Amino acid sequence: MMTALPDFALAGPEILLAAGALVLLMLGAYGGERRAGLVSGLSALLLVVAAVAVMLGREGTTFDGAFVVDGFARFVKVLVLIGSALAVVMTQRFAVAEKFFNFELPVLIVIATIGMMLMISANDLIGVYLGLELQSLALYVVAAFHRDDGRSTEAGLKYFVLGALSSGMLLYGASLLYGFTGHTGFAGIAAAATAGGSSLGLTFGIVFVAAGIAFKVSAVPFHMWTPDVYEGAPTPVTAFFAAAPKIAAMAMFVRVVLEALGPAHVEWQQIVAFMSLASMVLGAFAAIGQRNIKRLMAYSSIGHMGFALVGLAAGSEAGVYGILIYLVTYLAMTAGAFAVILSMRRDGVMTEDIDSLAGLSRTNPAVAYLLGIILFSLAGIPPFAGFFGKYFVFAAAINAGLYWLAVIGILSSVVGAYYYLRIVKIMFLDEPAAAFEPMGGEMKAVLGVTGLFVAAFALVLGPLGDAALAAAKTLF
Amino acid sequence: MIQALFFYLFAAVTIASAVMVISSRNPVHSVLFLILAFVNAAGLFMLAGAEFLALLLIVVYVGAVAVLFLFVVMMLDVDFVELRQGFMQYLPIGVLIGLIFLAELLMVAGAWVFAPEATATASAPIPDPAVVSNTAALGQLLYTRYIYFFQVAGLVLLVAMIGAITLTLRHRASVRRQNISAQVARTRATAIEVKHVEPGRGL
Repeated sequence: MMTALPDFALAGPEILLAAGALVLLMLGAYGGERRAGLVSGLSALLLVVAAVAVMLGREGTTFDGAFVVDGFARFVKVLVLIGSALAVVMTQRFAVAEKFFNFELPVLIVIATIGMMLMISANDLIGVYLGLELQSLALYVVAAFHRDDGRSTEAGLKYFVLGALSSGMLLYGASLLYGFTGHTGFAGIAAAATAGGSSLGLTFGIVFVAAGIAFKVSAVPFHMWTPDVYEGAPTPVTAFFAAAPKIAAMAMFVRVVLEALGPAHVEWQQIVAFMSLASMVLGAFAAIGQRNIKRLMAYSSIGHMGFALVGLAAGSEAGVYGILIYLVTYLAMTAGAFAVILSMRRDGVMTEDIDSLAGLSRTNPAVAYLLGIILFSLAGIPPFAGFFGKYFVFAAAINAGLYWLAVIGILSSVVGAYYYLRIVKIMFLDEPAAAFEPMGGEMKAVLGVTGLFVAAFALVLGPLGDAALAAAKTLF
Repeated sequence: MIQALFFYLFAAVTIASAVMVISSRNPVHSVLFLILAFVNAAGLFMLAGAEFLALLLIVVYVGAVAVLFLFVVMMLDVDFVELRQGFMQYLPIGVLIGLIFLAELLMVAGAWVFAPEATATASAPIPDPAVVSNTAALGQLLYTRYIYFFQVAGLVLLVAMIGAITLTLRHRASVRRQNISAQVARTRATAIEVKHVEPGRGL
């Protein structure tokens, strides 16, 4: 039996990353400790090259429809690659100072990124699962990477146990969907769901798949791991966790429910709407009492994923457009905030306490103003980037008739504004504490670029919005 | 007739040994019963005509996984009797949760059947066993249609290997490591020292 070779070129960026990761692994394994910095630099370069390859690449489907490259996939992949590259850049200085830097760290981040890209392009349940496992397995290891630190090991173990459970749920749901429809491909599932109508088996499958993915985007009620893992994992790893994997999982969620389960709209819409509502409310209220900035960012990310899910609950082209804009702004805000958090070092000791930011406006005004802009943006105050993300998802929800979801979302963003603005108050109005050690050059660059991007988002919204709109159109 | 006889034999032994896995006091016995359960499950696969899966089960599960379990159980000094101490205390709530799950499962299974067209629309239909043996059928699917999944699974295993090494390997100064080139480069001069021992004096 002769079989034509599938079109490998469509998966070019992924193959490039995989081959590059293997080369870097060899380079690190034979070069020893001395090459760790080189491996880290080359990893960041590799991720940027892959992003360019994604931008220049073709569109289409390959591997019998299991792997799809469309406008949506390319848009999100570029975002994820930027997020991972920023994480690699921000890792080295911190990890060297805390004495856990090893060449495997950037290589594992690259491999996790391959997993994320496969998740984004997955058009088949097996592809979804394998991409998710590739990403998660690398993330478990990275979370526990500071192995002499008990908290890091604990974070890795917690993440692993709960992650394995959620993967099991996802797999169970996938097997139910397969049993009901006879297909693992999204197109086949959608066709069977249209023909067969709604059934108990399909609903069960949707519930389990949604629960499994909700764990990965840390939507309530599957958010329990987030604060502990964010707090325990080494801070650069937390910065990585907060951005790229969330974006990839959200994109996968969008594709699974719209492409595979589009005909079962009624079934999943209530699940997504509930998760979105609960995440927004919990993110707003639970963060109020936090004194540790990493825990605060964890609750903040839960809340933000809730806002992004509002767009998914709408289930329309405008909703997907809102999600894409939201993810862009979320990436920029998270990277900028973590550039500051990673630089909170005083007398050679890292602090994670929010009160240690006291009086930053006098000790380091530039950082204070940029962080202030990012915090205003996280709270969703115009004219900064965060406002536009929220605006588009809420507009989509109102157009889809989900008035209550939009109202509760806006109310919880008002509550959430309290804890962001409290940090601004601590930075600008409290008595100054001792100054932090000077920021590293790459941190300054990341903070500067993301801060300006967030501040001037209204100016770039035109071309970016066109790209996001074109990307959103490909799913409908 | 003989098939049915063997089916009941294998099935009964599988279930009995599965019960023994969780009820025997000695963890080593548990693992040995687990191996027995695997071998009998392989027999069931063989009866169903899936000879590749049957042999895979023996090679992978019995040959590797169960033996690994056995080593871990024997090497780790875990007091399993102590682990079970709260068993009776938590039994009522455990049974209650178990019953709730059972009731839910019955409610689902009672109202829900597999879509009848599912087997007909399967995206990778099973070829006729008379034409293609099932080892060949799996290979054809795995290396052509599912090449993408196969390669990604390989990457997942690579990550598992990197992770295990980075999280556990420590280079300690006190550990003597084998240096093959140094061993090969030994000459007679570096390896042997001739001592001149005077008679009757010793060293």
